[in-house]
Amino acid sequence: MSAENDPAQRVAIGISFGNSYSSIGFTTGEGRAEVIANEDGDRQIPSVLSYVEGEELHGGQAKTQFLRNAKNTVAYFRDFLGQEFKSIDATPCHESAHPLEHESTIAFKVRDSAEDKENDITVSDITTRHLKRLRNSAAYYLGKEVNAAVITVPTNFSDAQKEALNKAAKDAGIEVLQFINEPVAAVLAYDARPEAKLADKIVVVADLGGTRSDVAVVASRGGIYTILATLHDYEVTGLKLDQVLIDYFAKEFLKKHKSASDPREDARGLAKLKLECEAVKKALSIGTSANFSVESLVGGIDYTASINRTRYDLLGNKHFSAFSRLVLHAVEKAQLDPLDITEVILAGGNAHTPKIASTIANAFPETTTVLAPSTSPSAINPSELSVRGASIQASLIQEFELEDIEQSTHPMVTVTPHLSHAVGVLCISGDESNGVFHAIVDAETPLPVRRTAIISTPREGGDVLIKLAEGLRHIKVTKPEPKTKKEKAEDDSEDDSEDESDEEDELREKTWKVSNVLSEAAIKGIKKGGKVEVQINIGADLGVNAIYREVGGKGGVRGIIAGEKAANGSA
Amino acid sequence: MASAQVQINLPLPVLPAGWTAEKDFKPVGSLSNATDRNIEPVGPHFLAHARRKRHKRTFSEDDRIQAQASVKKIEDDDEGEISEPEDPLMLQREAKDWKGQDHYAVLGITRYRWRATEDQIKRAHRRKVLKHHPDKKAAKGGTEDDQFFKCIQKATEVLLDPVKRRQFDSVDEAADVEPPSKSETKKGNFYKLWGKVFEAEGRFSRQQPVPKLGNEKSNKAEVENFYNFWYSFDSWRTFEYLDEDVPDDNENRDQKRHVERKNQNSRRKKKTEDTVRLRKLVDDALALDERIKLFRQQDNAHKNKRRLDKEAEQKRLAEEAAKAKEEEARLAAEKEAAEKAQKADSKKAKEAAKNASKKNKRVIRGAVKDANYFHGAGDAPASQIDGALNDVDVIITKLDNEEIAALTAKLSGAKGADAIKQVYQDEVKQLIGAGKLKEGELKSLS
Ligand SMILES: Nc1ncnc2c1ncn2[C@@H]1O[C@H](COP(=O)(O)OP(=O)(O)OP(=O)(O)O)[C@@H](O)[C@H]1O
Ligand SMILES: [Mg+2]
Repeated sequence: MSAENDPAQRVAIGISFGNSYSSIGFTTGEGRAEVIANEDGDRQIPSVLSYVEGEELHGGQAKTQFLRNAKNTVAYFRDFLGQEFKSIDATPCHESAHPLEHESTIAFKVRDSAEDKENDITVSDITTRHLKRLRNSAAYYLGKEVNAAVITVPTNFSDAQKEALNKAAKDAGIEVLQFINEPVAAVLAYDARPEAKLADKIVVVADLGGTRSDVAVVASRGGIYTILATLHDYEVTGLKLDQVLIDYFAKEFLKKHKSASDPREDARGLAKLKLECEAVKKALSIGTSANFSVESLVGGIDYTASINRTRYDLLGNKHFSAFSRLVLHAVEKAQLDPLDITEVILAGGNAHTPKIASTIANAFPETTTVLAPSTSPSAINPSELSVRGASIQASLIQEFELEDIEQSTHPMVTVTPHLSHAVGVLCISGDESNGVFHAIVDAETPLPVRRTAIISTPREGGDVLIKLAEGLRHIKVTKPEPKTKKEKAEDDSEDDSEDESDEEDELREKTWKVSNVLSEAAIKGIKKGGKVEVQINIGADLGVNAIYREVGGKGGVRGIIAGEKAANGSA
Repeated sequence: MASAQVQINLPLPVLPAGWTAEKDFKPVGSLSNATDRNIEPVGPHFLAHARRKRHKRTFSEDDRIQAQASVKKIEDDDEGEISEPEDPLMLQREAKDWKGQDHYAVLGITRYRWRATEDQIKRAHRRKVLKHHPDKKAAKGGTEDDQFFKCIQKATEVLLDPVKRRQFDSVDEAADVEPPSKSETKKGNFYKLWGKVFEAEGRFSRQQPVPKLGNEKSNKAEVENFYNFWYSFDSWRTFEYLDEDVPDDNENRDQKRHVERKNQNSRRKKKTEDTVRLRKLVDDALALDERIKLFRQQDNAHKNKRRLDKEAEQKRLAEEAAKAKEEEARLAAEKEAAEKAQKADSKKAKEAAKNASKKNKRVIRGAVKDANYFHGAGDAPASQIDGALNDVDVIITKLDNEEIAALTAKLSGAKGADAIKQVYQDEVKQLIGAGKLKEGELKSLS
């Protein structure tokens, strides 16, 4: 074992490596994740490298080279790793070095040395160089060499892509302890906060980045995470939002300078617009208005203007609602209803945009918490969710042998049966003489599982019946009273999205249907005001072991429901 | 896995009387099948899970394959997407002619057209971008020609914008389904051919879902609902996609206004034409729809049947009434006849009785002569004869026919004047006893 593979010698960080930005972080001795600022003071470090006369610029400094040195500036390359040329989308690289087919991989032609010569730099190489810079920044901040990392990747990153990234990291002197999925890192970042309570919930992570947006529906059960559905989209992106502002300011500019040429048609002008508009967009996340100011936008004309947030909200609305539809679509893909969603975690840089958060919040019922800076004061910076999750995971596993990590993440460990339906008890409520279902273990809970419930008894105590059953979640839709003619007419004149507003009016509730009774048990002679404790243990073989007792009472009842597998004798 | 506690504040039900189970527990069913999913190897709770599950064991590559065999996939793979061949002519299109391009063909989704979902459009766009990005083409030594790429971008811009997409879909003739000719529908495929026409027209309906044409098994209500729907069709179809370009502000304002007005008029005209076209189309279908004829026939048959039934009923009622009348008449006649007969009978009897009593009276009077007018021996004086005859007449007036008959019978049996006189005297005595005569009233017989 080489020294750097020795867990005792390891210094591990968390890395979030995006096409647009990367971040580095670590976990403090007190177990708190912290995001590291690089030498420029940036925590969101542009994933950009630029070469000027043999000098390598990185991050924010490299990004400004879009203006004068675009050809030797490499950006938006993460997704190219481990891909064939025919399957990459070259669009984001249009204003910087273009990807080329290079043997079986992808490269950029860049003059990266003092010599007047262009070299082919493969995606792997450029990634290695980028990761080296990140590693150095972390080492500089931590005051010690960094040699290991947990790196976040999108859920659709293929094995080939991970392999390529792993190799590039190794070449950068980083031992990848584990790749973890970006949305899961975001959930972990929230769950690792000291004030977080362990609860069963369904979380949607909606990540609106620079070149893509990704949505994942995650079941969180006793601190174990299972991804139920994902969606990836390359149409709703941060770059598109920048474009909205680019078009707006270009048109404003042309209105003011009638004889000037369109700055979007000019490479330099476009690059300036791009940089400035991204800055304006970010400013509009905090302020209600922002200034645009570019020297010599085109033809030597300086241009300053301002925009208020309302205007931007209007301009971007098409994209905001497309993003919201995407999120709802993912929920549908998981065969869930918005009412099933406990939390929506908004991630990615654009989650700072208030209108995006409010659009999502409007698409979900009030029972769903939307975690974004503008909707929740306790939200974590959405740009930092991935890196925080990675840093926490790094601290959890940095003492493990690689072999150990590999075995622990082996499908023999991760592939787990999940409950198809909730399991719970039937209680008495109002006129529901057949009993209302109350869940004790939710659907999509990995097995084995143990859950305990404390249940009330009739006022006088006595003998009670405990029926264990499977429950099906059912969405009860109550149609509103038909509108009176007059109201209807007024509605029509307002807009033609009549059916949409109709949908909003209907009342939707989450209810349960009892699908399958599993067992019956009796607890006798319960004291007045007594309570019953039910403990359910469900095995991976679907066998149920239930223990019932009066809280504080003696004895109790124990029962076993054979699992299908056990019944077939194949367990 | 960590255990959590649930608090349930609704009470448990009371144990029903008579519930029993061994050790107070009975299994009833079993859990539904579980779904195999990958849990994320992340976080402190996972580590605890992994420790338990591994038990220091080591798993092999085979184990990996086996464990993953049944696991639920969460990522879609794009394979299985059918790619449409690209028309070489289309690849040579100029982006500035974007209005004339078939956006669905450009993205290779002509098999979906207005049915394409947002997701399908996005995926199609990405496929095309991967293939046609000019930077990639240039990098491969191709030309810098980005015209078709611009067509792709334009197609996507139009199709992903709900408003623009409707404008394009409104004039997407390739999605139109021409109504079949009369002869075509004669071959028994009316429903198939016209069904497609209405499905295509239905894309313009504000009201969704659109009722289906159905088939020969559809009932009358369904068919009526279908045609009612189409006769009051609420269409979102618009024609601004065919607008003439409005010159931008720099040019003459009047000219601009003129073109705008022209566009407005032309849109309105096309909309009206479309409404007329649709109406005719529905008329044509309705005229050919066998079900309509069938329902009419059934209706008529129904109506006829009702009429016939009504007539039959009336006839039956009339007949019944007639019968009843006849019966009544018959009964009346019978009654009359019976009464007549009875009357006749009683008359006869009366007559007979009268005759009989006349005869008897003659016998009675004759007997007076036989009794020698109650004079004893010798010829009776005229006064005696008158007195005896008068007395006997008095007796007769006091008697009814039966008594007369009885008296006649007694007289017939009596031989000799004394015996006869005695019969009379007995009769008188009886009449006196009955209070009809007074003692000594009849001198001849006293
Ligand atoms: N404060 C902010 N307000 C609005 N937008 C922001 C803000 N900060 C960053 N962004 C935008 O977020 C995007 C970058 O998101 P993120 O940092 O998640 O990048 P990423 O994961 O590298 O993206 P990708 O991989 O999708 O390209 C950019 O479009 C950027 O302009
Ligand atoms: Mg990202």
